[in-house]
Parts: sequence; structure tokens; C-alpha cells
Amino acid sequence: MTSLILILISALFFNGIIGRVKSRCAGRKGPGIMQPIQDVIRLFRKGAVYSDVTGPVFKMAPAVYLASVIIACLCVPFGHKAGLISFNGDFVFFAYALALGKFFCIIGALDTGSSFEGMGASREATYSMLAEPAFFLIMGSLAMMTGHSSFESIFAALHPSSTMSWALAVIAAFIFLVLAMIENSRMPVDDPKTHLELTMIHEVMVLDNSGIDLGLIFVTGYLKFAMYAALIANLFIGSIPVGFGIPVFLAIQVLCAVIIGVNESFTARFRMNHNPQFIFTLACIALLAVFGVMLMSGQLV
Amino acid sequence: MDNNILHINNGGCVKVADIPVLAYDSFRTLTIELMGDKARHCASYFAYPCGDGLRLMMCIADDNAHDILVFACDVEKGAKLESAAKDILALERYEREIHENWGLEFEGHPWYKPVRNFFPDKYEFFKMEGEELHEVGVGPVHAGVIEPGHFRFICNGEDVLHLEIQLGWQHRGTERLMLEKKRLIERVLLAEGVAGDTAVSHSTAFAGVWESLCGYTPDKSVLWARTLAAELERMANHTGDLGAICGDVAYQLGAAVYGRLRTPIVNFSQRWCGNRLGKGNVRPAYAPYAFTEELRQQLLSDLAAYERDFLEMCDKVQHFPSVLSRLERTGVVSKEQAESIGAVGMAAKCAGVSRDIRASHPYGLYAGLVEPVVKTTGDVLARTELRIDEVKQSLRIVRALLEDMPEFDGKMQSAGTPKADSFAISLTEGWRGEICHCAVTDAEGELAAYKIKDPSFHNWMALALAVRGNEISDFPICNKSFNLSYCGHDL
Repeated sequence: MTSLILILISALFFNGIIGRVKSRCAGRKGPGIMQPIQDVIRLFRKGAVYSDVTGPVFKMAPAVYLASVIIACLCVPFGHKAGLISFNGDFVFFAYALALGKFFCIIGALDTGSSFEGMGASREATYSMLAEPAFFLIMGSLAMMTGHSSFESIFAALHPSSTMSWALAVIAAFIFLVLAMIENSRMPVDDPKTHLELTMIHEVMVLDNSGIDLGLIFVTGYLKFAMYAALIANLFIGSIPVGFGIPVFLAIQVLCAVIIGVNESFTARFRMNHNPQFIFTLACIALLAVFGVMLMSGQLV
Repeated sequence: MDNNILHINNGGCVKVADIPVLAYDSFRTLTIELMGDKARHCASYFAYPCGDGLRLMMCIADDNAHDILVFACDVEKGAKLESAAKDILALERYEREIHENWGLEFEGHPWYKPVRNFFPDKYEFFKMEGEELHEVGVGPVHAGVIEPGHFRFICNGEDVLHLEIQLGWQHRGTERLMLEKKRLIERVLLAEGVAGDTAVSHSTAFAGVWESLCGYTPDKSVLWARTLAAELERMANHTGDLGAICGDVAYQLGAAVYGRLRTPIVNFSQRWCGNRLGKGNVRPAYAPYAFTEELRQQLLSDLAAYERDFLEMCDKVQHFPSVLSRLERTGVVSKEQAESIGAVGMAAKCAGVSRDIRASHPYGLYAGLVEPVVKTTGDVLARTELRIDEVKQSLRIVRALLEDMPEFDGKMQSAGTPKADSFAISLTEGWRGEICHCAVTDAEGELAAYKIKDPSFHNWMALALAVRGNEISDFPICNKSFNLSYCGHDL
């Protein structure tokens, strides 16, 4: 429960901080921290416009997308305090709950019959598919090292006094952060700010969504960011008391948002055909973690 | 052969009777023969009503001889002619335009696609068959605040096999209005509005045509002001484009810095002539806005501040791996392609074709001042670096001009009235490339024909060729690197 409340609070300001950091880096004052939430409130007040060619799938998709991410959020523990959904192997459930939401988002886009959205859907599907191995490899290595198979018990067993825990936590934090950028279609894989449909990934997929549907999709994006940052925070707060854990958790959320903002300010995005390479690199780093754990635990030699 | 060609200089005016009129067969053979030399390209090719029929007027610019070759041909209305475009590809759009405007048929033309008179229900786009192919149509209404144009891609997955560009949404009938509007101020305003971002260069071309028709020679201060205004226009547009290119690859720092750097240049124009785009700054026969010592000091200090930041930013962009990886080998136009389609300006210069009117057919005070910047790779990076180098070159030109500032008397002058039965041509190098204005007067000295050619007329084809084989997601960056004018093409 703690984790869910904290994720909801972080989601309120996560994208606002990214936007603020980017504006500051560009020498502008920038919109307020709460601007993204205000955008969503504005969208919720508007009606949605539906094209004649879309069917029920299109109307359903944003809600399923949001629901799937909320379910995934429920799995996220707060250190050694389990999330609302917790069982052995819950990280597999977590990954496929997210995949279900993505699947609906993709078929919702295909339902419009627009060539733009088809293009976006194919890109989104490709990159999500490529990103999946990285998640499972790093979770697998964490599970192997701790000997547990649920989020809560894995994170509780990660003890900051052990060097191996630290090394693995840092690698995992990096992978989760980059995964968050890929899953949310941020730089360097996608550029959320562009108005050019042909270069978009996620944005072009939701071109036809408007009003409340678009608001739901935005909210889902904010939640996803906070959720991944919560996973990162969990790597470090598993064994400390809840009273210290909460400030550390929030600090890590802010840090993640700042890192993403700075990264988006000072690099250009990748050429589309370099993205698969980049995402595979992530899987390779995760593989490194797997081998590291196997070596340490004597399973390899 | 030489009896069949009239040689005139840029900004020259001749009697229509002196222009050799050939039969169509020899007109066509001569054109093909002349265009076979790579140093020559077609500056303008148009038809206008003459007596009961039509007269075709061919103007070919010769970069080596620094002059323009002019010859004509009389044909009947509705005549069926053999296409010259099937031999010289660069003429294809001119022939389509003549067909569309005057109804002449060019037999054997490679592709009779509408230039401007486009009706979606009557037109079949180019098609390719195949299970794995799909079409993506973009526009004419775009997501950004940009001009209308329709782009139709045929793609295999993410790769573009073919791009068809259909323009014409901005057709306003500028050339017709040039004849209908009788007051000089109306005509100057029309010339400024051909392409709003190239107001100075288009109005300079118009002023050149008008002054030579009237037999008026402007004094040095007028030419000086035009040259300065044109270079400021080039700097402002190139800087804005560099910002837009950075924006398209999502390099926020570049977009922010270049965006800011464009402002002092256009603001200086505002201070000088009251318009940020230089509208109103060029008028036939006189310079409406005197350039004072105070403006000179202001410009020098603006440029000093501009140059420092500009050079620093360019140094970053040119050495920043993630930006370079987007620009390099993207949207390549080869030298052969650029030559075959008769590309001008940036599209030509980035592909290794040295084609710059300021050097080959100098006007204003450009004589001896400009050595064309030429790049050889033909990719987006070449067009980016070309802009950077041209801005540096413009800085030098502007400073050289400021060293030698003439006196302005600020008096309004009139060029007089145009001579009867004359033909005048004026070429200028706008920031996009070569601009050509031609005028023909009738027996009363009224305009009988006025022909405008913006560099975009040639260069849209270069964009279509550049994106072939690229990823569709790289199209916006290719498009931005050319930054062609829709309204300049549509007239």
C-alpha cells in the first residue's frame, strides 16, 4: 500500500520535473511542475472525438492500457513491505500485465486503419519486444543471487553491505532507468516533443485519441515512469526502516526525473535503425549481470 | 550556331526583335546541344501569347561565360511538339508548366504530372504493386505551422522506395497579377510575396528587371543597401534552419541557441526598415531606408555578439557524435542527380556542383566578393555545413560592405517608364538558390509577360530523390535540410 501511494504521488510531478529540467537547460523558465497534471485535467473536461472507422477496441484500449499499468503498480513493493499483489514469480506477472496494456494500445492504433498509426504500432511493438529480454535477464540474475522469486523477497534480501548487491543494484538501476525511457518512448529512442509524425513512435500511435482517452494515455505514461523509478528505489531501500525509506524513495524519483531531463537536453535522438542495437546493448549488460552472479555463486565453474 | 543565340548579361535588357526566333525543331536541338554542357543550366523557360500563337522563350545561364543565352520559338496554340525533357531531364518541370498554363502538348514527356492545377479526384498517384509495400500520405495539412504540400511515400517497412510530392495548394496567380496590377508599388509587393522568407532577394530581382526595362542605372548606395539586406536575409534564414535541423534530431541545445541567434539579425532588419523579413527595404530606383552611422555601429556590435555564440555552437554541432550520426549519409543527392535535374543553390552546392549566381553572374556589388562554398557529400550534413560556411562567408561580406559605406541621400526616385518591345532578365542568388525574373513588354511599354522562378522549382525534385532508400523517419530531417518554399513554387 505504501508503495502504491508513493507511486501515485511521484507520478504527479515526475513529468513536470523532466519538463522543468529541460527548460532550464535550454535557458528558459519553463512551465510549472504541475503542468502535465493540469493538461490531463483539461483533457478530462473535454469530449472525445471518434473516427467513423474505429470500433469498440479503439474506445476500450486507453482504459485497458491504464488498468494494466495500475495492476503492474500494485505488484511493486516498498522495500521489504510487499505490494498489494505479491506471490512467487510476481515479476513475470508484472511484465505481462504491462505487455497486455501495450497490446491493447497497439490494436487500438491498428483499429483506426491509418497508415501513421500502423507505422507507430509496428515500431512500438518492435521496441517493446526487444526490451523484454533485458528486464527478464536482470530480474533473473537478482532472483538467482538472492534465491527468491517475488519482488518483495528479492528486494528485502538485497543488502547494501554486500558489494555484490551494490554492483548488481547499480546495473539494475541503470537498466530500469533506460527501460523506463524506452517504455515511455522518451529520448534517445523517441522524441516526445516533435511534431513530425513520421519520426514518432508512441505519439503517432495515439494520434487519433482525444479528450478523456488521451488524458488516460498521458496518466498511464506518468504512472509508468513513477513505477520504474519505484523499482529503482526498491533496489536501495530493501533493508532500511520505512521512516528513512520514504525520503530516499522520493529522492530517487526526483533524481531519475532530473537524469532523464538532462539526458534529453544534451543529446540528439538516435536514428531509427540504431534503436534495436541500443536496446540490445541493454540486454547484453543484463547478461553480464547474469554471468557475474553465476560466477560468484559458483554455478558457472 | 551563334547567329541563333543572343548573349545578354544578368540584368540586361534587349529589344524583343533582336532575340532570334527559330523553328521548333532547331529550337529543341539547340537547347539539347547547349544543355549538354554541364556549366550551363536552364534559368527560365516559359511561353507567352504573341500575336495569334505562343512564343517559347529559353534562357540558359552559362557559368563559364558569365552570360545568359536567349532564343525563342513561335508555335501555334495547342500545337503538338516533341518533348525536349526526354533528353534533358532538367526541362521536365518547365514543359509540364507550359503544358498546364498554355495547353501545348509535349510528346514523349516522361511524366505529365500536374505542377499546380491539382485535383485529387482526377489524379492517380504513382503506384507500385506488392504485398509488402504500403503507402503513407502526409499533408497537405501538416502537424506544424508550415505550408501545405502533399507527400506520398511508397514504403517497404521503414524504407522509402519512392516519394511523390504534389504541390499547388498555394497557387495565387502571382504572375497573372503582375500583369493585371498596373501600379509599381502593387507589383513590388507581389514580388516580395512570392516567398515571404526570401522577400529581399525576390524584390531585388524584380527591381533589377524593372530598372533595366526602364534603362535606369541605380547608384551605388542603392546596390549597397540591397546587397547588405540580401546577406542579412541569408544569415537569418540559415541560422533559423540550423536551429530547425537541430530541433528535428531532438538536439535541444542547438535548437535553443540557433533559434535565439536568428533574432538579433531579423531585429536589426526591423530597426533598419521596419520589417523583420526586410519587406519594404528594396524598391526600384532608390533605397527607401537610409543606412546611418548609428545603424552601422549597431550592426557591428550585433554581429560581434552573434559571431561569438554562433561559432561556439557550430563547433559543438560539428563535433557532437549523436548529432553527426543523424546527419551523415542521410538524404544523399549525388552530383549526377543534381546535374541531371538542374538543381540550383544549396541543393547543387552540397552535391559538388558550383552554382552560385553571386559568383557566376554577379549583380549588385557582388563582383569579385564571393567564392561559392561547395560540399561534395550531398547529405544532410553537407547541407548543414554549407549553411554554417555560408553564414561565415556572409559575415565577411557584411563586414567588407560596412567598411565602405556610401552616402545615402534618401530621396525618392523614379526609374521612369519601361521601354516598349523589350525583354529583361534578372538573376539573384537568394538564400535557397537562384531566383530568376523575366519580363517582356508590348508596343505600349506595358508588361506582356512576367515570369518568376524560385529555386524551389528545381529543387523539390532533389528532395524526392534524396529520400529514396532512406528510412521514412528520416524524411523530416531531409526536408528541413532543403527547406524549400511551397509558395515560391506554387506562385
